Parts: sequence; structure tokens; C-alpha cells
Amino acid sequence: MSQKDSDLFERASEFLAMFRRGAEFTRELVEENARLRRQQLEFETRQNDAAQDPKEWDRLREELVDRIQGLESEHQDALERLGALEQENRSFAERFLQIEEENNNLANLYVASFQLHSTLDLQEVVRIVVEIVINLVGAEVLCVFALDERTNRLEPVAAEGRERSSFGSVRLGEGSIGAAVEQGEIVYRENLTESAPDDPLVCIPLCVGEKPIGAIALFGLLVQKERFTPLDHELFTLLGGHAATAMLAAQLHGQSERKLNTMQGLIELLTK
Amino acid sequence: MRRHRILIVEDSPTMRQLLVFALKRIQGAEIVEARDGMDGLRKVTSDHFDLALVDINMPVMDGLKLIHLIRDEESLKAMPIVVITTEGADEDRERAMALGADEYLTKPVQAGKVLAVVKGLLKV
Repeated sequence: MSQKDSDLFERASEFLAMFRRGAEFTRELVEENARLRRQQLEFETRQNDAAQDPKEWDRLREELVDRIQGLESEHQDALERLGALEQENRSFAERFLQIEEENNNLANLYVASFQLHSTLDLQEVVRIVVEIVINLVGAEVLCVFALDERTNRLEPVAAEGRERSSFGSVRLGEGSIGAAVEQGEIVYRENLTESAPDDPLVCIPLCVGEKPIGAIALFGLLVQKERFTPLDHELFTLLGGHAATAMLAAQLHGQSERKLNTMQGLIELLTK
Repeated sequence: MRRHRILIVEDSPTMRQLLVFALKRIQGAEIVEARDGMDGLRKVTSDHFDLALVDINMPVMDGLKLIHLIRDEESLKAMPIVVITTEGADEDRERAMALGADEYLTKPVQAGKVLAVVKGLLKV
């Protein structure tokens, strides 16, 4: 068989296959048409019966009314479910924001605590305290006081926004700073907006247990800082405990270092 | 996954730690820290960064000078810069924006706010 004949047979078979598919499709169309005709006839018969028989008409009407009521009830259920889902969505969004805020606050508290306990050098601890109060609270003018146990006076050891010498030493129990340290409680100035450069906005006593170590006094806030936030109060509480512990640990470490050096010097002298 | 290289130029270790904490939440973020303007300039010119967070008041070289030098460098003109500073006055903001900063945030800043701003600029 030549190539030409072979192509011809192939095309003929393709045509036959296509013809069969067409025939099959036509048969399906005819069947569907017949089915729809039967259905139409059935509906027409029911409608005619109903038109002639009031009972059948009532039954049909009741069926339709039931169906409408059923659909309305389903619609109402769907609306209620949608409302409940929207409400749930809103409360999830609110909860998400709350958790986000708590997360951010915890990050601040964690960082503050981590930094305070990252060194045993007293000057470094005091510098970190100042840094936390400026960066995390937003203070512009502040002073850190340390208690001199021999004189019972709070001496300024670090300041920001004003010369350290401009903050005088304070006797324990005197003024708002002295009273805050003696009572071991954070003292806030009643009117934060009022200008009173020597009266602190807030005084945070630094205590280890009952033992007072010093105080942090905030005298002014940054321009953009209008008021204290709940996070600030948390930070004040954290500073009151952790800054005091860090300062005391650094003081004790410094003292022990000095004692060690003295003893080493003495031993060297004796053994020479 | 695309990596986002972020440079933090800040002299306060507390702020650096807080910013690292916030930015670590960006998937694929690689964070590099610089402790002053000069250190920041060295790092930003010797390596590629997708964004820089810059403080204003820093020793050795301040943030405004750093922004000016970054914007002078042709290859760094498009790099987004976010200023995070204690300076809250309008004129400070205007000065930084005029030099080429893209965002200006004032301290104390919430980690979530920084994260949202950085994500917006990095389009992540």
C-alpha cells in the first residue's frame, strides 16, 4: 500500500470517529430533550389538576409556602452564623493586638533586665540605668542617686539633661526623693504638666528587699512624651528592684576586688 | 526565600538589643549592628544592606552626617533609612527627611511600630 493510500485510510478513520462522536452527542441531545418534555408534561398535568381541583391547589400552595419558610429560616441561620463568625473574628483581632502589645512590653522589660545584669561594673550599671530611662521611658532630665550609708544622704551619681552638680544631695526622708526612698514606694508628682524643675515627676526608690540603695528621679520628659504609659509603670517597678540589685552586686564586686588586691599586695610583701 | 540585610546604627546597647529583638521577627532578616556613625558608614559602604536604622545622637559621627554621606553615595541612594531618635522637634524631623531619611520615629519606640515601618519599607 502506497503512502498516499495509507494517509487516505487514516483520514477516513478520523472522519468516522468524528462522525460517531457526533452521532453519540445527537443521541444524548434527543434523550435529554425527551426527558425535559416528559418533565414539562408532568408539571403541566399537575398545574391543570391543581387548577381544577382546589384541594390539589391548596396542597401545592402549602408545599410552596413551607419551602419558602424553610429557605427563609436557612437564610436567617446563615446570617446569624455569619454574624457570630464576624464577632469571633473581631475578638480574635482584638486579642491579637493585645498579645502583640504584651509581647512588645515584655521585649522592653526583658531587654532592660538583661542589660542591667550584663555587667558588674558600677559605673556601667549606672550608665545602663540612665540609658533605659532615656530610651525606653522617654525621660529628658533625670538623676540617679546612691545612698551613702555613713551620712544617710542620697548623693547624685549620674545625671542627664542637666549638670550633675545642679542636683544636690538629699537627706533620707526629706523631700519627695528622700521620702520615696525611706518608704520604699514610687512617688509620682500629682500634676505632671506643671513646671517645677526641682520637684521630680516621679521618684523610683532603689531597694534590695528592705535595704535602700538609692533612687532614680525623673524631672522632665522628651517633647513627644506626653504621659506615662502602663509599660512605664512596669519599667519603674522593674528598675526599682533590678537596678538596685545590679548596683548592689556591682558595689560588692568592686569592694571584694579591692580587698582581693589589698590582700594580694600584702601577701606579695610578706613573701618577698 | 529572600534574605533582608538590615543595619542598625545605634550607640545604646539597650536600643540595639530591643531593635534586634523586633527585627528578628522578619523572616530571613540578617541584622548587623554598628555602635556609632563611623562604624555604620564603614559597614554600609563595604557590604550590601536593604535598609538602615539610624540614631541621630551618637559619638564619633552623628546620624545626620551619616545619612548625608549615605545619600551622597550613588549605590546607596535608594536604600531606605529609618531614623530612631530622642529628638522629637519638628525641625529635627524636617532636617532628617530633607537629608534623605524615609521614616522618622521618636523614642521611646514600641518594637511593634519599628517592625511595621521596616516591613512596609522592605515590602514584606
